[in-house]
Amino acid sequence: MSLSNPAAPPGASEPRFAPVAALGTAALALIVVGGVYMASYAPRRPPLTAPICLAAASAALCVVNVVMLMRTRGLAWDKFFLVGRWTLLSYVIASGLIEFAFVKDHTRGAPLVVLTAMLVLFALDVPLIISYTVARYQSARSDAT
Amino acid sequence: MTDTRVDALSTGAAAELATATGQGGSPGALGPPRPVIQIVPLKGLPVVAVVLGFLVASIGFNWQWGIDFNHVAGGGLWTGIDLFVGLVVGPILGRMSIPARAEFSARFMPKMVLIMPTLVAMTLASGYQLALDLGNLKASSPNHSWLIVSFIVVGVMAVVALGLLEPANIAVLFEMRKPRPNGEVIAKLMKRFIYTAGITGLMQVATLVIMTRVASQ
Repeated sequence: MSLSNPAAPPGASEPRFAPVAALGTAALALIVVGGVYMASYAPRRPPLTAPICLAAASAALCVVNVVMLMRTRGLAWDKFFLVGRWTLLSYVIASGLIEFAFVKDHTRGAPLVVLTAMLVLFALDVPLIISYTVARYQSARSDAT
Repeated sequence: MTDTRVDALSTGAAAELATATGQGGSPGALGPPRPVIQIVPLKGLPVVAVVLGFLVASIGFNWQWGIDFNHVAGGGLWTGIDLFVGLVVGPILGRMSIPARAEFSARFMPKMVLIMPTLVAMTLASGYQLALDLGNLKASSPNHSWLIVSFIVVGVMAVVALGLLEPANIAVLFEMRKPRPNGEVIAKLMKRFIYTAGITGLMQVATLVIMTRVASQ
């Protein structure tokens, strides 16, 4: 089953695509909430139950997103990968900068592991949102509207 | 950005937009040649690298002036640009002709793709260091609760900017590079600016209140 709708009626202004960007934004929000929660305890060691749950929920949303993405037809995949690789590079650098700041501030052990997992999700999720948003409007079906 | 802008850009605007960007029709009727839209202005990348290098060095070497400079300069510009674009440039743009809007956006938005993330990185990374150095993050500090509110404000802005605005910005630039840009697509993406301008403006005003409050305690 395809999540896209190639049989959209002629003249429909909005080709249907899976809600990858919306889910990605929800995953991003979970990471941000977890990050704010952890930062609010600095310089003390934060309790990790809530951040781990938030990171796990965010990771689950990312997995669902990837599955939906793989089942999407008609996406402009060339644009998806073009935008994806450059935004990925950009957000890996941004995540590295954040990681550097926390390591420099003596974040160690389990909190650092949770933080790193959140940053990995962040660095994957934002490029996914951006490249998907570009690619869905560059698709042949979008052109036809 | 106003509703007028979006309405005017919607149905039927594609042809006019194409003309504005130098596509379609006879060459003599097109006016100025279509600006080449570069999604990321490559000439700006060395500047970004220098700024980020300065930021990393300031944090890495605990350079107090550098940290202060990054936070004050980055934060001032971030807030100022956000409010200026939302409250001054947006409404002016909404009253301009579609070709003028298209040409302005084609030149303006690529620069914002570089400027805003750089300012955000400068402000947040140095701000966190500053808060740690000054002891404002300690639970006993009178500024602790204000800083938590500021984290929440920044979190809301991050979700809005990274989840909604930046993807839309880049998608609009790609659409405008097409031989015949789709006015409906651009209008739909531009609507996000209207929906989020109020949130961002409110958050920036809150940031001004919080930061002046923190600095005066």
